[in-house]
Amino acid sequence: MARIALDLAHAYRPNPRRDEDYALLPLKMSFEDGGAYALLGPSGCGKTTLLNIVSGLVTPSQGAVSYDGRDVTKLSPQQRNIAQVFQFPVIYDTMTVAENLAFPLKNRGVPADRIRQRVGKIAEMLELSGQLDLRAAGLAADAKQKISLGRGLVREDVSAVLFDEPLTVIDPHLKWQLRRKLKQIHHELKLTLIYVTHDQVEALTFAQEVVVMTRGRAVQVGSASELYERPRHTFVGNFIGSPGMNFMPARWNGSGIEVAGYALQIASEAAVLAAAGEFTLGVRPEYVSLAGADDPTALPAEVVQRQDVGTYWLLTARCGDVLLRARLDPDSAVPGIGAQVWLKVTGAHTCYYGRNDELIASAGPATEGRP
Amino acid sequence: MKPVNQKAWLLVLPVVLCVAFSAILPLMTVVNYSVQDIISPERRVFVGTEWFKAVMRDDDLQGALLRQLGFSLSVLLVEIPLGIALALAMPAKGWKSSAVLVLVAISLLIPWNVVGTIWQIYGRTDIGLMGATLAALGIEYSYTGNATQAWLTVLLMDVWHWTPLVALLCFAGLRAIPQAYYQAASIDGASKFAVFRYIQLPKLRGVLMIAVLLRFMDSFMIYTEPFVLTGGGPGNATTFLSQYLTQKAVGQFDLGPAAAFSLIYFLIILLLCFILYNWMQRVGTADKTEATHG
Repeated sequence: MARIALDLAHAYRPNPRRDEDYALLPLKMSFEDGGAYALLGPSGCGKTTLLNIVSGLVTPSQGAVSYDGRDVTKLSPQQRNIAQVFQFPVIYDTMTVAENLAFPLKNRGVPADRIRQRVGKIAEMLELSGQLDLRAAGLAADAKQKISLGRGLVREDVSAVLFDEPLTVIDPHLKWQLRRKLKQIHHELKLTLIYVTHDQVEALTFAQEVVVMTRGRAVQVGSASELYERPRHTFVGNFIGSPGMNFMPARWNGSGIEVAGYALQIASEAAVLAAAGEFTLGVRPEYVSLAGADDPTALPAEVVQRQDVGTYWLLTARCGDVLLRARLDPDSAVPGIGAQVWLKVTGAHTCYYGRNDELIASAGPATEGRP
Repeated sequence: MKPVNQKAWLLVLPVVLCVAFSAILPLMTVVNYSVQDIISPERRVFVGTEWFKAVMRDDDLQGALLRQLGFSLSVLLVEIPLGIALALAMPAKGWKSSAVLVLVAISLLIPWNVVGTIWQIYGRTDIGLMGATLAALGIEYSYTGNATQAWLTVLLMDVWHWTPLVALLCFAGLRAIPQAYYQAASIDGASKFAVFRYIQLPKLRGVLMIAVLLRFMDSFMIYTEPFVLTGGGPGNATTFLSQYLTQKAVGQFDLGPAAAFSLIYFLIILLLCFILYNWMQRVGTADKTEATHG
């Protein structure tokens, strides 16, 4: 159990000069004791590097890692007392399931009856009790991955348990089950869990706090609703949500904003936007709605596509050069392809991004998320 | 009735011809000799299983067979652990790895009779490095005079010549183990020995099976090196099966007994390889059958 603080950067090659040379750009963050965190981002964004730095498999080229204020930068995973579960199941072929689960404890000289007790408990949690005496090598991939998870969770005194996309090899229906299991285990054992994934659903359902990463940078740390309502970076807006946020170039025209040649009225944030001059307007498809022709917060657009996605309609409409997507109620009258519609884009959920793609203003009530 | 396409026979024919000329016909010639007494090129007598009975009763042959089994067993007992140890000690990457690979492979490139000659000189007490060193240390060493020393020298020569093969096979096997296994072991707090026992050794099973079979078959047929080094002596201390066979067939021109013995030799190798292979397969698949039936 520990509070993990990071203040570091990492490059795999020596003497990094440009941003591209870094696997991880300088970052500063901390993981609170007992929290459930997810590192979310596309492949190659540096999330596994960050995880391996936390665990001690990789030593950062700059900066330090500390556990409860103690500098552990140079210590091995074993010395840091970390448990880690990898993307592909790692099991000891010649051992039984029970021996596999007992291995981390046995190596640390835990008494035999204590081992039996822990192994029994973990096996029960992961529903492996019936297979304890089987050879691990002959089991299916998901059972093997459960063994890997079990080996990660079997020690109760670990500083943190790290997961590196542990559910990649698992069937979708089992994935959901195992994820719930992990949440439950987090609840019961109160361990610090850090979970790497590129699947936003996995991240948002598992973690209390999600770290969104892209190109070696942690662009936002926040809860699911913070990431959803106030993406601090256009990348977050685009990556989180399905489909992602709509973005349109906009500028200040003296009394309101102008998008694709149309003047729009805004309710607040006028001062910031006037100062910025040119910026990007972002609005989630969920908050784009049909409006009347005289609505001063709506844009005229031509419907180019409409999809029935079961629980909602996904409407794609063209306004000038940009495509706007809107999620519409399945019960509402959905306009046909080619129809001229007015879509409301400015409102309480609209965000504005500056030239470096970072959030400069949002119309909604200020619920400040952590950067 | 559906016509049967016989064209397939035509496609198999080249292989059948090749195998016939290279393996079946020579083998049949041997079978032919083993049941006849060739008195002169024109005169021959069918003797049935007479030669087989004779060679089975032959004390010299039984001695050579025992010596051979002892030798092959020693070769496996020394070369397999030594090869694994070497592979574990070899650097895994970088120029050092390439350099070591080349160095290790050198002995494999030397022809058999040259190996015999090298060791013949190496072991001489007047000009050979090993022989002279031993002599200087006050050890009475002579691979031509002392039976035990001759046997040990042949073993040492084979270990020198062929352990690199085992090492290279194991090295390749070790490189094929994903890094995640080592990372997981490090996180699980495994000792170096535990990593070897529970990760490396189980993952090397496949290549070790190949190494054991190759080294067994090869050492069981050893001929050239002891022939060059000791000529089978002193006495018959280093007369292994193939050398005994050559003495019979070429030296004494006893074609009948030699042919009968060749067949027995062939069957022994076949049988032992079959047993070894099945045993090693069983060791590996035991995990799986246990899991599915358990």
